[in-house]
Amino acid sequence: MAKIRTRTFFRKGVWEENPVFRQILGICSALAVTNLMTNTLIMGLGLIFVTAMSSATVSALRKITPERTRMMVQVLIIASYVMMVDIFLKAYLPDISEALGPYVGLIITNCIIMGRCEGFARNNPVWPAFLDGVASGVGYALVLLVIATVRELLGFGTLFGMHVMPSGWVPWTIMIMAPAGFFMLALFIWVAYELEYKKTQPSHGDK
Amino acid sequence: MENPLSAPLIFFASIFTNNILLANFLGMCSFLAISREIPSAVGLGLAVTFVMTCTTALNYLVYHYLLVPFQLVHFRFIAFIVVIAAFVQLVEMVIDRYSPRLYVVLGVFLPLITVNCAILGVCLFMVIRQYNFVQSVAYGFGGGLGWLLAIVALAGIREKLKKAPIPKALEGPGISLIVAGLMALSFMAFSGMISMG
Repeated sequence: MAKIRTRTFFRKGVWEENPVFRQILGICSALAVTNLMTNTLIMGLGLIFVTAMSSATVSALRKITPERTRMMVQVLIIASYVMMVDIFLKAYLPDISEALGPYVGLIITNCIIMGRCEGFARNNPVWPAFLDGVASGVGYALVLLVIATVRELLGFGTLFGMHVMPSGWVPWTIMIMAPAGFFMLALFIWVAYELEYKKTQPSHGDK
Repeated sequence: MENPLSAPLIFFASIFTNNILLANFLGMCSFLAISREIPSAVGLGLAVTFVMTCTTALNYLVYHYLLVPFQLVHFRFIAFIVVIAAFVQLVEMVIDRYSPRLYVVLGVFLPLITVNCAILGVCLFMVIRQYNFVQSVAYGFGGGLGWLLAIVALAGIREKLKKAPIPKALEGPGISLIVAGLMALSFMAFSGMISMG
């Protein structure tokens, strides 16, 4: 039973309710950090950690959190975990911490986390909330990695900093700059919606 | 170590070349959600500009006179977000009192300014780039205006897009992102004007 439930969480987080291309949440960082795969991977892991832990914490405190100060409590919980990630990165991966710049701190305002806390963790026990957080984080990280693969491959001719394209390849610089981030995400959303249309032809909301 | 750029330069750079939305991708959620009509876009843009300018000033003071002397720099995330949240609450009350219609239009996105990454982003950039007080306020104000400019432009384009034949699956967020991408491209034309780190 527990196993099946875990799987549903992941199916939801990664595809059916994927935070990035279904709910269009947390796309700021999705656009900003996806020009290098290493940064993207670290960012994804950081986000999985923060989403999972803050969902679990919000859920653990759900009975003693006053309704009115709920948002504030959630933001503080999230901010504390982000602080841990930030300190960890500064200590062990200073280069990447430098490269990510403010975007680590901006995990706080990543709507995915707030969305999961508000939409799920607030009304559910700790373990499911934790799983739900992990699943959403994984969904986010996967989409980012796909986008980053394309952008880094075409923009630098590298993957994780290693050269993979033939030496004659001229880097397509626009791919690592801002506009390509928008275009890539738009394409991704387009494809994802198109696939969904094929499955459910007539019934479609305006979401 | 102070940043050598002058305040007016930072102000213009943050509107055009380093637009917080189109170059740094901050504040996307509300950018996509509120940009259907020009009036609400203007309303939200002004609210964001106001909050951004005031919170950069407040957060500058908090950071340099509270966090740095007591060596609490790592707590800046928490401190910044609390200042922003308190300020947004204030703006919410003011708008509710003086412009109830705008209050209804903005709906849930008004309190969500708290988690608008553009605002926290500006505060964090201010610290990373080591701006002084005047530079920070110029950056906050310019950043807000840049955001306002981008969201109003997108709202204008989207009003026209309503009549355009767009593939069904591309409607909504998809096409908005493509438009935003084109806007980012055109804003890149400004980049020869000012260079900023």
